[in-house]
Amino acid sequence: MESTIVRSVDYNAYFGTNHVVKNVNIEIPKNNVIAVMGPSGCGKTTFLRGINRMHELIPGATAKGKIMLDNEDVMEMHPIFVRLKIGMVFQRPNPFPNLSIYDNVIAGYKLNGIKLPKADKDKIVEQSLTKVALWNEVKDQLTKKGTFLSGGQQQRLCIARAVAMEPEVLLFDEPTSALDPISTSTVEELFHDLKKNYTLIIVTHNMQQAARVSDKTAFFYMGELVEYDDTKLMFTNPRDTRTQNYITGRFS
Amino acid sequence: MKASNSPVKFRIGKSGFFKGVIITLAFSCVIPLLFILAYIIKSGITKINWNFFVNVPKPVGEPGGGIANALLGSAMIILVAAIIAIPIGIMGGIFLSENRKSKVAYWARLCIDILQGVPSIVIGIVAYFWLVKPSAFWGFFGWKQGFSAISGSLALAIMMLPIVVRSTEETLKLLPDSLREAGFALGLPFHRVILKVVVPCGVSGILSGVMLSVARIAGETAPLLFTAFGNSYLSTNMGKPMQSLPLLIFNYATSPYNDWHDLAWGASCILLMFVLVLNIFTKIITRRWKVQL
Repeated sequence: MESTIVRSVDYNAYFGTNHVVKNVNIEIPKNNVIAVMGPSGCGKTTFLRGINRMHELIPGATAKGKIMLDNEDVMEMHPIFVRLKIGMVFQRPNPFPNLSIYDNVIAGYKLNGIKLPKADKDKIVEQSLTKVALWNEVKDQLTKKGTFLSGGQQQRLCIARAVAMEPEVLLFDEPTSALDPISTSTVEELFHDLKKNYTLIIVTHNMQQAARVSDKTAFFYMGELVEYDDTKLMFTNPRDTRTQNYITGRFS
Repeated sequence: MKASNSPVKFRIGKSGFFKGVIITLAFSCVIPLLFILAYIIKSGITKINWNFFVNVPKPVGEPGGGIANALLGSAMIILVAAIIAIPIGIMGGIFLSENRKSKVAYWARLCIDILQGVPSIVIGIVAYFWLVKPSAFWGFFGWKQGFSAISGSLALAIMMLPIVVRSTEETLKLLPDSLREAGFALGLPFHRVILKVVVPCGVSGILSGVMLSVARIAGETAPLLFTAFGNSYLSTNMGKPMQSLPLLIFNYATSPYNDWHDLAWGASCILLMFVLVLNIFTKIITRRWKVQL
C-alpha cells in the first residue's frame, strides 16, 4: 500500500468573494505523478498554488480547510517552511535573470543566505542539473546568465532550482504550455525520473499529456473535484458524465 | 487603374510632406540645446584653467581667481542631499510598486506627484522655515546658526525625492510578477525577495533615476538662495553658509565686474558639462547593467 504524502481536507479557496475552489478532498500518494486537469478557470491552478501557500500572495485571496503534508497541516505552518518542502515550477520559465546558471540552481540556498562550502555547492549543482538532464548541455557554461538558455532549457533549469532544495513534493503549473514540442517531451521524460525521489503534482490542460505522464488524474470542474482516479481508469472508463464530456472534447 | 493613379500620387506626396514636417520639427527641438551649448562653451571654456579649479574668487579688481569654493560646496551639498534622499526614495519606490492598489499607496503616489510639481523656490522657503529660521533663533542642541549648507541639502533632497521614488517605482513595476513568485516559491521571506531578487533586477533603472535626480538638482539655485546662502571663502562646515555653483553663477553674473562675469561663465560651463556627463553616464549604465529578462 502506498503512503499518502499530501491530503487535502475540505479545502476552499477564494478571491475576495469569488469561491474558486470548493470543498476539495484529495489524497496524493507518495512517489506518484498526479495530473490535475480541467477547463480554464476551473480552479486547478488555484488549488495547486494553495498547496504551497502561494495562493495567499495575491491580494484578497483567502483559503479555508486543511492541507496535510506528512500529517502536518501546511495551513498552520509558516509559509516559508512549506515552500522549502514543496517546490514549484511555473508556467513560464522564470530563472533569475541576474544570476548565472550555477547560481540559479543554488538560488534557494544563496538567496536565503545559507552558506555552503564550495564542494557542497558544486555537488548540488551537478546533481540537480543531472536530474533534469541539463548537466551535459550546460556544464561548460555555468557562469553564463540563466536567461542565456533556450526556453526548454530554462524550464529544466527552473526544475533543477526546485529540485536542489530537496523538497518532498514538486508542483508544476502547466510546465510545458510555453514550450515547443521537443522541449515538452524532454520535460515529460523527466517526470518519470523525478518521481523516484519526489511526488509530482502537475496542472495541465493538455489531456494527452495527463494521459502520458501521470499515474493518477484529478478532474476539476467549476471549482469542484469531480473525479479522481487512476489515469488509465479515468481515460477509459470515467464515472462522471462531466469527465466523460471533457475527455471526449464536448466542452473545453 | 489609370483613374486611381493620381489620388495615389497625391497621397504619396502628402505623406512625404508630412514626413518632412516631422523631421524639421524634430530637429528644431535640438537647435536651442545646440545654441546654449555652443554659446556657453565658447564663453566659458577660455576662462577655465588649473587656477580656476584650485583658487577661490579674488577680490574685485584683482584678475584671476577660481571657483574652488563653489565646486567643493556643490559637491558636498549634493552628496548630503543624495544621502538623505536616495534611501528614502528607493524605499518609497519599493513600497509603491509592491502595494500598487492599497489606499496608502494611492495617496502617497498623489502626494509625490504634487511634490514633484512644487516650485523649487517654495521648497527653499520651506527649508528656510524648518531649519534656517529655528536654528537662527533658538538653535538646535547648541547649534545656533542661520544659513547653513545642511539646510540647502535638505531643500535639494526634497526636490530629489519624487524623482527617485517614481523612477524606482516605474522600474520595479515593469519586472514580471513571475520573478517575485520564483523567489517566494523557493521559500524566500519578503525582504529577501525584495533585496535579492527585485532590486538587483531593477538596479539599472533605479541607478539611472538616482543619477537623473542628481543632474536635476545640480543646477537648482532657488532653494539654495535662502538656505546655503553662498560664501566667498572655502568652507567645509555643513553647519555654516557654503558656496555652490548655481549660487556663484547667480551672484557673479549679476555683478557689475568683468572678472566676476568671467568666473560665472566658467562656472556655467563646468555645471553644464557636469549635467551632460551625468546624463551620458546614465545612458551607459542603463545599457550596461540592464538585466535581460
